[in-house]
Amino acid sequence: MKANNLQVIYVMWLREMKRFLRAKSRIIGSLAMPFFFLLAMGMGFNSGFNLPGVPQGTNYLDFLVPGIIGMTMLFSSMFAGLSVLWDKEFGFLKEIMVAPVSRLVIVLGRIAGGLTTALIQGILIFIISLFLGFKVVNLFGIILALLFMALIGVGFIGFGVAVASKMEDTQGFSLIMQFIVFPTFLLSGAFFPVTNFPSWMRPLAYLDPLTYGVDGLRASLIGFSQFSPILDLSLLLIFSLVMVILGSWFFSKTEV
Amino acid sequence: MLAIEVKNLTKKFNGLKAVNNISFQVNEGEIFGLLGPNGAGKTTTIKMLTTLTKPDEGEAKVWDFNILKQKNEVRNSIGIVFQEPALDNHLTGEENLDFHARLYGLNKETREKRIKEVLELVELHDKADVLVKNYSGGMQRRLEIARGLMHYPKVLFLDEPTLGLDAQTRRRIWEYILRLNKKEKTTIVLTTHYMEEADYLCQRIAIIDFGKIVVLDTPANLKNILGGDVVSIEVTSSQKAFPVFQKISWVKKINQHNGTIDLNCEQGEKKIPLLMKIDQKNLGFEIKSVNLRKPTLEDVFLRFTGKTIREREVSQTEKNKIAMRRRFQR
Repeated sequence: MKANNLQVIYVMWLREMKRFLRAKSRIIGSLAMPFFFLLAMGMGFNSGFNLPGVPQGTNYLDFLVPGIIGMTMLFSSMFAGLSVLWDKEFGFLKEIMVAPVSRLVIVLGRIAGGLTTALIQGILIFIISLFLGFKVVNLFGIILALLFMALIGVGFIGFGVAVASKMEDTQGFSLIMQFIVFPTFLLSGAFFPVTNFPSWMRPLAYLDPLTYGVDGLRASLIGFSQFSPILDLSLLLIFSLVMVILGSWFFSKTEV
Repeated sequence: MLAIEVKNLTKKFNGLKAVNNISFQVNEGEIFGLLGPNGAGKTTTIKMLTTLTKPDEGEAKVWDFNILKQKNEVRNSIGIVFQEPALDNHLTGEENLDFHARLYGLNKETREKRIKEVLELVELHDKADVLVKNYSGGMQRRLEIARGLMHYPKVLFLDEPTLGLDAQTRRRIWEYILRLNKKEKTTIVLTTHYMEEADYLCQRIAIIDFGKIVVLDTPANLKNILGGDVVSIEVTSSQKAFPVFQKISWVKKINQHNGTIDLNCEQGEKKIPLLMKIDQKNLGFEIKSVNLRKPTLEDVFLRFTGKTIREREVSQTEKNKIAMRRRFQR
């Protein structure tokens, strides 16, 4: 039974990889927005510009890159989680639901596949930013950054699965993007430190799990952060764990 | 052994009983048909038996496993072909089968052997490496049947297996169904609203209407209930002709409507010459035309529900529309 579970996770992952690699336009499309953000904002604000709340002399591009990597992880993970909806729409979910496999294992398989695609996109954005002049502190920082990326990924895929399980069709997809994904991104401090928000908005930023993801990425990649990286890490761990449980719970309740 | 045992199964949607207290049994190795119009509750019944939907009342066993308490055992024993396509269009035919085989825990050797076998059964082996989105509707349906068989299921559920397919493809799919029932000894439960499909394939048929089973028997017995063939005779004066026909010994039942008289009898084709020997002139009427009709399942449906399946479908659709509207208004 254990071996079979691994095989199920593997085949869910394999399917996601095949679909991802066969949809070239999806890869390019998903990289376009973060790339334009990097180009327009990172290049637009030159280094002489000093952002309040950020140490003197910090290049804006260096400040921005971790935020944009966080954003890439957020969007591609939510997309991966919500792809349950497309399976529902095209009927394939029924094929998965009648299989003699525990629902938790199916969700884990989906996370494995979605996380891999999200990480590929996040890493590509990281590589692009190196060409634009982003400077990394050290190698250990990159490994730590990957850990933060993975936690953001797992958390938001789980969240996406939970949301998709509660929805009937793809109609509500853009609603989710406008009212959940974009605010999550904008409140996370990807563009400027959350301390610059007006005081009434700050609690919202502190409730946003991506805030700690972006902060942790900043700590690992440029050595500047607002919270302790340990705090970032623990909060993200809890967030992703809760989301995996929530995602599996709602998914197991879906009727197709 | 019983392949399926259903007892008092009920499922409600918005207070409407989609499946209303039905009970039936399917024998091992049988092809069993659920025949009824769209919206009669066939798909809902299948969904409950395949663990996709929870019944509100009643219980059922599939291959001796309880559909509520032994879901994984049930899932392991069954294969399903859904009414709407359930394939991944971005994978090839073979990849879809491989995905399925791994979900059901088949090892590498079995996987490879079985993929070949089932593809050959539905004659798709030369299309194995083509992306499913480039398959025709009929090919997709055949691939789904092949997939349903991958893990050697004991019971195969086919929900409207030939819906929307052309006559030729439909024939071919019928042949596959008969072949796999014979070769693999798979018990088959199929739903359909095509009379000739149920007649051709099924050993026993349950006619289902408004969520209830109205009658269940073999196709031959169902048609016998109607009292054999119907000879319809158009006459110049039905008042004069009626008492004459009424006295004929081989007439089992007689009906008249709009100047036409219907006689129920056995072997109607042999009775027509006898009718011609009646001395019409002296009795004061003339036979204008004779029409012989062998009973079909359509007649059986009409007899038990009071409507043809087509008429019933229209009223079902109306009813569903009203139910939908009600749901959106809330």
